[in-house]
Amino acid sequence: MAATEILTGSHPTPVRPPRASTASWPLADRIAYGLCWAIGIALCVVTAWIVLYMLIKGAGQLRPSLFTESPAPSTNQSQSGGFRDPLIGTLILAAVGTVIAAPIGVATAAWLSEYARPAGLARAVESAVEMIAGAPSIVLAIFGLLIFSQSYFGFLSQTAANGAVIGQSFLVAGAIMSLLAIPLIVSSTREALAQLPDRLREASWALGKTRATTIRHVLLPAIRPSIAGGIVLGMGRIIGDTAIVVILLGPAFKNEPVGNLPLLGTLRGTGSTLTSFVYNNSPAGEGNAPQKAYAAAFVLMLVVLLLNWLVTRLTGERPQRRRWLPGFGRLTTWTR
Amino acid sequence: MPAGDHTAPRGRTGASSDRRAELTLGALSFALLVLIGLMLVTVAINAWPSFSANGLSWFGSGGNVTTQFLAMHSGKALPGHSLLYFRAWPLIWGTLITTVGAVVLALVISIFAAVFMVEFAPARVQRVLEPTVRLLAGVPSVVYGLVGILAIAPFIEGLITNSRKRSVFYVVQLSGLNLTTATLILTLMIVPIMVAITANALSAVPVSWREGSAALGVNRWRTIRRVSLRTARPAIAAATVLATARALGEAIMLAMVAGGPFAPNPLDGLTFLVEPVQPLGATIVHEFGGVSNKSVLNTIYAISAVLLVSAMFLSLAGWAAKQSMRRYGIRA
Amino acid sequence: MDPMMPPPVRRIVVDREPYVAPPSAGPPSNGTASAPLLASHLRAERATVPAIERMRLESVWLAYGENWVVRDVTLPVRQGEVLALIGASGSGKTTLLRSLNRLTEVTSGAARSGRITLDDTDIHELEVNELRRRVSMVFQQPNPFPMSIYDNVAYALAEQAPPRGGRRRRRTPELEAAAAEALRRAGLYDEVADDLERSALRLSGGQQQRLCIARALAAGPEVLLLDEPCSALDPISTAIIEDLIVGLRETVAIVIVTHNLQQAFRVADHVGFMHLGELVEYGPSAQIFDRPVEQRTRDYVSGAFG
Repeated sequence: MAATEILTGSHPTPVRPPRASTASWPLADRIAYGLCWAIGIALCVVTAWIVLYMLIKGAGQLRPSLFTESPAPSTNQSQSGGFRDPLIGTLILAAVGTVIAAPIGVATAAWLSEYARPAGLARAVESAVEMIAGAPSIVLAIFGLLIFSQSYFGFLSQTAANGAVIGQSFLVAGAIMSLLAIPLIVSSTREALAQLPDRLREASWALGKTRATTIRHVLLPAIRPSIAGGIVLGMGRIIGDTAIVVILLGPAFKNEPVGNLPLLGTLRGTGSTLTSFVYNNSPAGEGNAPQKAYAAAFVLMLVVLLLNWLVTRLTGERPQRRRWLPGFGRLTTWTR
Repeated sequence: MPAGDHTAPRGRTGASSDRRAELTLGALSFALLVLIGLMLVTVAINAWPSFSANGLSWFGSGGNVTTQFLAMHSGKALPGHSLLYFRAWPLIWGTLITTVGAVVLALVISIFAAVFMVEFAPARVQRVLEPTVRLLAGVPSVVYGLVGILAIAPFIEGLITNSRKRSVFYVVQLSGLNLTTATLILTLMIVPIMVAITANALSAVPVSWREGSAALGVNRWRTIRRVSLRTARPAIAAATVLATARALGEAIMLAMVAGGPFAPNPLDGLTFLVEPVQPLGATIVHEFGGVSNKSVLNTIYAISAVLLVSAMFLSLAGWAAKQSMRRYGIRA
Repeated sequence: MDPMMPPPVRRIVVDREPYVAPPSAGPPSNGTASAPLLASHLRAERATVPAIERMRLESVWLAYGENWVVRDVTLPVRQGEVLALIGASGSGKTTLLRSLNRLTEVTSGAARSGRITLDDTDIHELEVNELRRRVSMVFQQPNPFPMSIYDNVAYALAEQAPPRGGRRRRRTPELEAAAAEALRRAGLYDEVADDLERSALRLSGGQQQRLCIARALAAGPEVLLLDEPCSALDPISTAIIEDLIVGLRETVAIVIVTHNLQQAFRVADHVGFMHLGELVEYGPSAQIFDRPVEQRTRDYVSGAFG
């Protein structure tokens, strides 16, 4: 068998194998196979429909003025006003919530991972974090409503003429929103810390550094992407939540600052976010401008897309351990 | 046992600052714990009057939820009852059927859909479908509510014939905001998450098992059923618990599409499917404006307590499901 | 001896003859350039068994995409003997093995030409799952399913068993007997009989591979394909499995792919040497190892490349 002849000479035309046929399968299996295909195609159709529906209804309504104008009362709702205030409100709320949640979340995660003494306290804290992760946001909102309408929290919002504390403001909503983000940040940080090899810690200790210094200068910088990823996940959950906004941020469309101080006034005042804007403009709320609701919903979805992309960029795509957020809670890690 | 038994040798100079840091971090964590505890206590304290006034019949049926709330607002108790008189059964029943219905539907759909996505879909379809499903999993619930109330509800309403509406007119108004719409939108909301988690678990099944099964002459569906799905079972269980928790806690979206407080009666036949329903979360959204009224406050907190306790049970179930994941050393 | 003193320096003797190990006794060289690599006395004496031809490959060409991976191979596969396919990496031997149970079809872009028959029936006319029950395969890495030992072995049979009373039963007397028999043939029964419900993943590597062999044997195949079954195992497990293979050849036709020349030497009756997709030489193992006809075979067997 001379090698050269075979290489350049003629060889028989190949026959591709036939498509795997299910003709020989038992009936039950064929039904299941058909169901898979049917439901799979239905899934494709439904997702395409939703995406296209939102695209057409939402993007079709987008105009630059929507982003620059505040909501204005008018009989012709579809033409007047925009959602500048809700957009700003979303950003403010996300910022407030994240600013409160990030330090607490990272600190708790660091304590649980590196110290965790006494053990009973650590378990209790773990359970508490898991509990908020699972608690419905409406329950958190109702709790916030009661707490922050107490007189000693009056500085966080405004007090009405008869002395009753309104209990609705960006600060109040942001504080409760932080509870949504904390479990996500805690689990991201804990997982990342658990994945750091012990020799990193041992090396630092061997150099005479205390545990605290190790955490601050060695461990946390090492897991910065994961912390950032957790924070973005938390932000996503905050931005997507409506219940807390509706209950704790007031019924207004516009952001109404309280008092004269520029930043603090806004924070203490009521307002709206994209989510409550969508809710209030739908037939379920007061407004009756479905077009604006669609536009705002479309912008919301874009924000979600952006945050999704950010998370994958920050944490790196690991096919084995994808996170399916933001928007709600994730499978948190149980370490027991 | 929490992870983190990293014992560090303590130098003399570092000990105090280390101790300080530990106390600070520990105090922050403790503060978080205290806050949660405070929340539990607040809910319990404010819910208690409503429960004690009604006893176990709180969960029962009797009268109309709307009239009960009206009585609380007006300050005039219903004859023979206290101001806190409340019978939550229509709300509980509404929560049960929408949640269970949505989860069961979503479970069936997402298993087949995930199998399709991982095993049978052509590569091009897969590449598009996967990120789309992930996007949908993250969409805020209010957007689903919007689609529900503006697109699905009118469609369902169109399916209700006038004669059907007339037949129950004296009891309840039928509209597009009903059990079916609520369950459909709820299913739509939780399917992407379940599909995503299930698909993740299915694609994590080692190729060697699938190849080995094929080499033994077992057809593709059987391989999927006996090897892949079985391996993914813990992940599917965990996804179900997660989806149930989400469905249970969903308040705003259901407030948009559900209808009014009414206990749909299965004995009504097909009308059962289009009767209005108001799950617990949606009730809170509708009534929270009246919390300055003490009775309303207590009632709302009682409802919140029920939601909270259910969520805690689900968390426990989720933990148990996660534990069984360790049985064969499979990580999903 | 004072422990503090350094050890004595050895004196190097430079004017003595170097010591050379005497060559071991072996068959006289028949004039070929290099002495036989492997001494025949290492092979155990084996009773010959009548060989029945089970499968036949005729002018088989296999391609993935545009690359021809296997070129014009013609081989018989006989029950009663072990056929070993040897060759360097990339020689196409694994692809050839996988074409025997049509596992190559799983990869997209695979194409073939030529004819492969099982008991005179073209395997591409058989239903693929039925073919794979008659031609079973054991893989390089042990891959027991995450189920109990019993479920693993009975797996293929359970899927074929006709449903009884509308439901497929997991443990029927027939299934249990067949599983026990397969475990015995694989030499694993005594070690696991006490608890067949144990998870298969708890077994050691060698035991898992024998479990995979039992699983492959459970359906009573006519041909058993082994793709480097011992490469992930320790020497003791390897020896056990090699003995197994030799014992099984009377009832099953065995094709084993191995890159380990010594293993091929120990177990094979016929050997096919493949290089760059071609079947360079095929013949009884005595010929391939001691008196190869082709120069390339000689080079490979003596370790000139590989």
